[in-house]
Order: sequence, then C-alpha cells, then structure tokens
Amino acid sequence: MIAQLKVARAGLFDTLQDLGRIGFMALGMPTAGAQDRIALRLANALCGNPADTAGLEIGVMGPDLLVEAESVRVALVGPLSPMLIEKPDAPPKPLESDRTHLLKRGQVLRVGMVEGSSTAYLAVAGGFALPAFMGSLSTYARAGIGGYEGRKLAAGDALPLAREQAPPGDEKKLAQPFDYGSGPVRVVWGPQDDYFSDKGRRTFIESDYRVSKEADRMGIRFEGPTIEHSKGADIISDGIGPGAIQVPGAGLPIVLLGDRQTVGGYSKIATVASVDLPRLGRLLPGQTVRFTPVTVEEAEELRRDQEARLARAIAGFQTARPPGGIDLVRLYEENLIDGVVY
Amino acid sequence: MSVRYLSCGDTAFSVEFGNEISPEINGRVMALHAAIGQATKGGELAGVVETVPSMRALMVCYDPMATSRAKLEPEIEGLIARGLPTDMKSRQVTIPCCYDDPEFAPDLKEVAERTKKKPEEVIASHLASRFKVYVLGFMPGLAYIAGLEKSLYLPRRSQPRVRVPRSTVAIAMDMTTIYPFESPGGWHLIGRTPLWMFDQRREQPVFLAPGDSLTFQRIDRKSYDRIARDVEAGTFDWARLVKSA
Repeated sequence: MIAQLKVARAGLFDTLQDLGRIGFMALGMPTAGAQDRIALRLANALCGNPADTAGLEIGVMGPDLLVEAESVRVALVGPLSPMLIEKPDAPPKPLESDRTHLLKRGQVLRVGMVEGSSTAYLAVAGGFALPAFMGSLSTYARAGIGGYEGRKLAAGDALPLAREQAPPGDEKKLAQPFDYGSGPVRVVWGPQDDYFSDKGRRTFIESDYRVSKEADRMGIRFEGPTIEHSKGADIISDGIGPGAIQVPGAGLPIVLLGDRQTVGGYSKIATVASVDLPRLGRLLPGQTVRFTPVTVEEAEELRRDQEARLARAIAGFQTARPPGGIDLVRLYEENLIDGVVY
Repeated sequence: MSVRYLSCGDTAFSVEFGNEISPEINGRVMALHAAIGQATKGGELAGVVETVPSMRALMVCYDPMATSRAKLEPEIEGLIARGLPTDMKSRQVTIPCCYDDPEFAPDLKEVAERTKKKPEEVIASHLASRFKVYVLGFMPGLAYIAGLEKSLYLPRRSQPRVRVPRSTVAIAMDMTTIYPFESPGGWHLIGRTPLWMFDQRREQPVFLAPGDSLTFQRIDRKSYDRIARDVEAGTFDWARLVKSA
C-alpha cells in the first residue's frame, strides 16, 4: 500500500528541512536546514521522531494535505490555525497548533496561514520516505537538491510516508508555547568588526533595523541607519558562519541564514548568537530588531540554557484531548486535584 | 607569521593566517584543514563539526554543546605548534575543454583584443597555466582556481551576464572557474568542458576539492560531444582525469 500525503493545494514556500547538511561547506555546499530549529525539534519530539528527522517548513502559508494512508500522526508547531476537512465538501473544523493530531485516510489537513512568524513546522510520525542527499533531506532550492525534488512543494506532489499507519499512542501537546525570548538580538562581534569605525559599530548596536522585503532562507536584508566602514567593505573571501552579519558598501546589514553561500567577500561586523538564530528565522518583513553584543562565552552559555529549556519543554509534553472526545484520564486527574467529583 | 583567531559567533571561529592571497598562506590553511580532519577522524578535537578553508583563513565550526571556544582554541593552537605538514599531497586533475565553438567561447575574441593577443595565444596561455583550487563556494561545486598566466589578467566584465551555461570555463583577475550550474556570471567566457562540476547522482557530487592542482586539456567539438554523452548518461570514467601526486 502506498502511504503518502498529497498536496491538494500548495502553500507559498513549503520545503522539507532537517537540521542541515553538515560537513560539506568545504565543497561549497550550503548547510540549509530549518530556519527555526527549535520548532522543528519540538514537532519531531511530539511525534516521537529523532531530532534530525526532516519535517515540512511552512513559509507564510501552508498547504492542504490529503491523507492517502491508513492513518498518520502529524505535529504542527508554530503560530498556526489549522483546519481539518473530514470528507469532501464537509465544513472545515478548527484544530489546535503546538500538538499532534491523528489523521485518517481521505481527511484533508488545511495547514493555513502562519501568523506573526515567517515559519512553522509540520512533522509526521516516522518521517518521510525520501532519499537523503549528502546525509540530509534539507531542501536547497537554489541548486535543486534535497527534500522533495529539490524544490518547494507544488499542488499534486505526493510526499511518501515511512509508516503506513500512525504508531499507537496518545496525542501530545506543548504545555505552553516555547519562549524564544524578546529584547535585542544577541550578537558576537567579528570576524571583521575591525573593518568598521567606532561610529559604525555604535550605529549598529544603537539603532533599530527593519526587516526589508528581501528576506528569505538565504538571509535577511535590514533597513536602517548606514554603518560606517573604516577599512572598506571588501575582504579577501572567507568562510561564512550561520548568522554572520555582512555589511556591503551601502552600509546596511544582511544576516545570513541556512541557505547562505559558504564563503563571501564582504566584511562581517558581527554574528548572531546561536541562541537567537531561531528568532531570526521567524522574522517577517516590517518587523524591527535591535542588536546587542555579548561575548563568545556568554553566547555559548545562553545556548546551553536554551537547550536545557528545550529539553524541559519536551519532558513536559502533556497528553492532548482528542478533538470532540473526552480525555478521561485528564478528567479524573483534574477532578482529583479540584476535589470535585461529578 | 602570526595567526589570528576571529569570532564567528558561538558556533565557529576563523583561524586567519594572513591578509593576502599567497600560495604559502593558502598552503597553511589547507594544511590545518587536513590536520583537523585527521585529528577528528582519530577521535580528537571533540565538538568540531567541520572546517571551511578559504584563501587565507580556515573557519572551524563547532558544537557549543560538545565543546567551547575556550577549550578548542588552545587545542588548535597546539596542533599548529606541533607543526603543520608542509608536503601536502594534492590531486592532479585534468579538465578537458573545448575552446573552438564560438557558442562556448563568446568572449574569446574580446579577451584576445584586450590582452593584445591572438585568440590562439589566449588558448595557449590558458593551457599553459598551472592552476590550483583555492576555495569552493558561492554555489555548490564552484571553484576559485588561481594560477592564470599573468598576461591574461582582466577585471570582471562591467556588465555581468544573466545566464551563463553550465560547465562554461571562464577567466577573471588571476583566476579561472567552471560554472557548476547555469547561473548569472561576470567572468569572461572562453570555453566549455563536457564535465559537470556538480552531479548529484555521483557518490562524490562535487568533482573538485580545495588543494587540487589542475590543468586544462584542449579537445575538439567531436570529443566534447562524446564525453558530454557519457557524462550525461552517468557512464563517464572520472578516475582517469585524476592522478595523486
């Protein structure tokens, strides 16, 4: 039996992503991978998948997915308002996000719009049955590699599932949405902060920068006050790490993300701390950010704290009530706690 | 020669051997790239994820859950202090190239005029150049290959082309390159190889690697077509282009 999710209607920019194609930057191969690794990892954990299983990264608006399998468990993580269409012509029923849902053959999951973030994630229990390329399923659309035929999903595509039916088990949900933090985006100075004047460095950390319309998986161009160089914008090309902030001659910062080129010739004033990269991967055009410097040691510590919080969030998953049904376990537990028995 | 350690956030840092393009500096970059590769294979340098060589620096990517900058930097310093290999083995790669078809080499005449040569002399200089792959980047499999004969140095085109066909051989500044995909490009197009620099059907999808020594070999259109057919079919014997030096 074929088990698959059929794209009944395409979203805007939906690609399969895992935690990235690691180990081939020396060959010019971009890492790609989930823009918001936290949401993907939560979605995988809700489904009981290994952390590096590929899921669907939903860009701005998600697809309608028709279940062509006995059953499938999906987890949706992110600010979504998904709907379930039980059979053709049935009215769509709202579903919750940040939890798993058990879907049956013939049902359509309408993933819908992502509100207040540029990305959300859908994972399926067991993962997708697609071949990895250079060790990863991440889509790198510029070179047409990875994921589903190396591109974003289109209507009529069929995503093969590794499992013909959902594994037994309860539906799970996040106890609360993950706290990505607010306030300024933490950055570490360098590698070429010495290519900028004192005034330029001050401008960078004392100004608001607005996400322009030129924002995609490769990077985000910001608008705001121009940053003054002291040694010019050009360097002899060197490696570009995740979150590198390059400043070309025009003086406006560009934060480079998963699909960035592996080397580049513009001076990089600072690098976004890895703790805040998932936030960058969620930014929408028009939103503004402030950058604030931390040391390498502080950035490493912040990241370790975040990983510990992520582990706690996963350990604290709750059993979710099936839609329309009664969660007896939960009912009894709450009655016991409240001391009220009906 | 002093080494600088530059921060690239909390998951990478750059080991910079100098601020100029020279074979000596790049040699040290490649030697450290190889030395770290060896060390990680041998179970040392826990937490190192990968290294990214460029002309003058090596970016070391690490996992802050498994190590830290404070732990890793002295380990790398130690590796350098122990002495980096100076006799790096490099692959000797031959790239067949057809210069004859005007469709393959739309800029050959202009390059000849601007370098005050005959087109045949431009081709001869390109064939006589002893190239080295310095760095791959910009797109998967795109190699910056330095070592072009000085008489062919030209700046990039003032008006980049929107579309350069895959496998076009081009020159600019002191370098040559081979486009792995159809893409925009601002270099001067002087020939085309039937090889694909990137082919995801191959076990090693990227053909060239940093450190490779490289020369071009002139082929006619008939040979081009024959090799192109084999490459397309996936039956081409790539090993015969590579010698280990």
